Amino acid sequence: MMEPLHSMDNNQTSPSNSARSKRWNDIFYKLRTNKSAVIGGGLILFFIFVTIFGPLFTPYSPNTQDMVNKLQPPSSEHWLGTDNFGRDIFSRLIHGTGLTLIVGFSSVALGATVGVFLGIISGYYGKRTDSIIMRTMDVLLAFPGILLALAIVSVLGGSLVNVIIAVAISSIPIFARIVRSSTLSVKKLEYIDAMRALGASDRRIIFKHIFPNVTSPLIVQATLSIATAILSASGLSFLGLGAQPPTPEWGAMLSDGRNFLYNAPHVALFPGIAIVIVVLAFNILGDGLRDVFDPKTKD
Amino acid sequence: MDKQKELLNVKNLKQYFPIKGGFFGRTVNHVKAVDDVSFTVYEGETLSIVGESGCGKSTTGRAILRLDEPTSGSVEFDGTDLLSLNKKEMNQMRKNLQIIFQDPYASINPRHTVRQILTEAMEIQNVWPKEQRNDKVIELLETVGLGAHQADRLPHEFSGGQRQRIGIARALSVNPKLIIADEAVSALDVSIQAQVLNLLKKLQREFKLTYLFISHDLGVVRHISDRIIVMYLGKIVEIGDKKSLFENPKHPYTKSLLSAIPSTDVDKKKERIILKGDVPSPIDPPKGCRFHTRCPFATELCRTEAPELRSTDENNLDHQAACHHMEKFEAESLQPMA
Repeated sequence: MMEPLHSMDNNQTSPSNSARSKRWNDIFYKLRTNKSAVIGGGLILFFIFVTIFGPLFTPYSPNTQDMVNKLQPPSSEHWLGTDNFGRDIFSRLIHGTGLTLIVGFSSVALGATVGVFLGIISGYYGKRTDSIIMRTMDVLLAFPGILLALAIVSVLGGSLVNVIIAVAISSIPIFARIVRSSTLSVKKLEYIDAMRALGASDRRIIFKHIFPNVTSPLIVQATLSIATAILSASGLSFLGLGAQPPTPEWGAMLSDGRNFLYNAPHVALFPGIAIVIVVLAFNILGDGLRDVFDPKTKD
Repeated sequence: MDKQKELLNVKNLKQYFPIKGGFFGRTVNHVKAVDDVSFTVYEGETLSIVGESGCGKSTTGRAILRLDEPTSGSVEFDGTDLLSLNKKEMNQMRKNLQIIFQDPYASINPRHTVRQILTEAMEIQNVWPKEQRNDKVIELLETVGLGAHQADRLPHEFSGGQRQRIGIARALSVNPKLIIADEAVSALDVSIQAQVLNLLKKLQREFKLTYLFISHDLGVVRHISDRIIVMYLGKIVEIGDKKSLFENPKHPYTKSLLSAIPSTDVDKKKERIILKGDVPSPIDPPKGCRFHTRCPFATELCRTEAPELRSTDENNLDHQAACHHMEKFEAESLQPMA
């Protein structure tokens, strides 16, 4: 067991911050020495960097059509070739990075917020409340995520915002389940009884004593869910239910490319590779985070 | 001993836990953890509840604090029936009754520093003005034998005994009148146990505290109590002041418990009363006297009729036991067996 050396000098630092900073120092130290966390995290930082600064340096505008140069293979002029409207695929990929990340982050943020809320309520209050919430979650869970998202988007209509909502809804049950089970185990600890004996309100117990102690599995699940969310969103766009043309969304680009798979495979290939790398990065980071936060579940 | 003020009055307390079963989760049966228990705690005394695991002693403590809602009965604290209060009134009442738990590792939030733990308790009950709370934290830490320099440490930086002191400080932070110590020293080393017990005694004198001390350890109970309750399978079998209960136990169960205390006197011959069999299930307790399945003296009467708590000595009406045959034991001088 490697103990971080710097935890010692922290004993001197002043009041309540020291506790928190010490814990985070420990976590950051473990993250830095965890290979998958570093690789996954590094890739994601790279994608975030591309999102912010990439569009400033793209050689072409993502939506400028150039029918003379359509379906060109990769060359020095068009690094990743052009699509069926002669648009530069490299530029479109870079402009689509932010979109992909935003869809991933916001749908998980939305789904996790609702899921955590339902999970804690369910676990803390138990009995009837628990049965009603968890049976509803079971119903949602009975549908495969993509199918559920598909159904929701067909009801709401196809747009990127609706895709986010749909993916968020389909990710709620997982969060609710994880948080519920953690809540159940934390609730049984004596310090929760101690708080009740002191007369603490349910709200205080939930927010100050239960929530902070269920965050570790939550962070891991959120990271892994972002990967799934990106994949589902791309899938929906591929089916034409998500981003509408000419938005440079990776799933939609993949879908556009499938008609030219024989004579111009690069049109579908590069968006596909981009999706694979982002999803992989989040999965690797998730695995790394799990090792750090929750060493017991390590295979 | 002059009559003292009654601080806590527990009457006919019952705590049945439902057992759910079947397809629709119907209640199929009950665990009768505490079954019709009545006793009084006087101001300033230490009343202990002893008994083996599963006899309902901790459940009694939890029911008094309404950590689990009791099935029926009444718990009167300083004249107020706690069970009739609504949630808000009860929460205000809670500053008078505090609890110290058994496991010093599970009973404090691992993410909060000692200062946060203590200030939060004061904040919940709003006991001191905000500006004074920091000074109070230091004062409390010194009271329980910790130092001011330890206020900003996390629980994992303390030993078990020190953590138990933090738990005691948290209970004290709201100025309670009654503290329920639920196996408060059972998880500690013997040397640390003594320290913590002495601390509890010191605090009792200093703050005029009343203790309801729940334990399975007769040695500890003998050290700290004024009066003792012996419980068996959810019922009180004997209650009395420490001296008369230890010297002159009336119930066969108490006798066998006391005979199990190891003696340091090698020359003294001791007769052990060894009970046969296991404690019956509290789901379906034996009819009549609950102890009859294991009692070496049980008769037909014991199997059919449940004995009431009563006293055999007119000079010591406070020492009561629930046994049909106490007089017989006394006449045949079966006691003192220890």
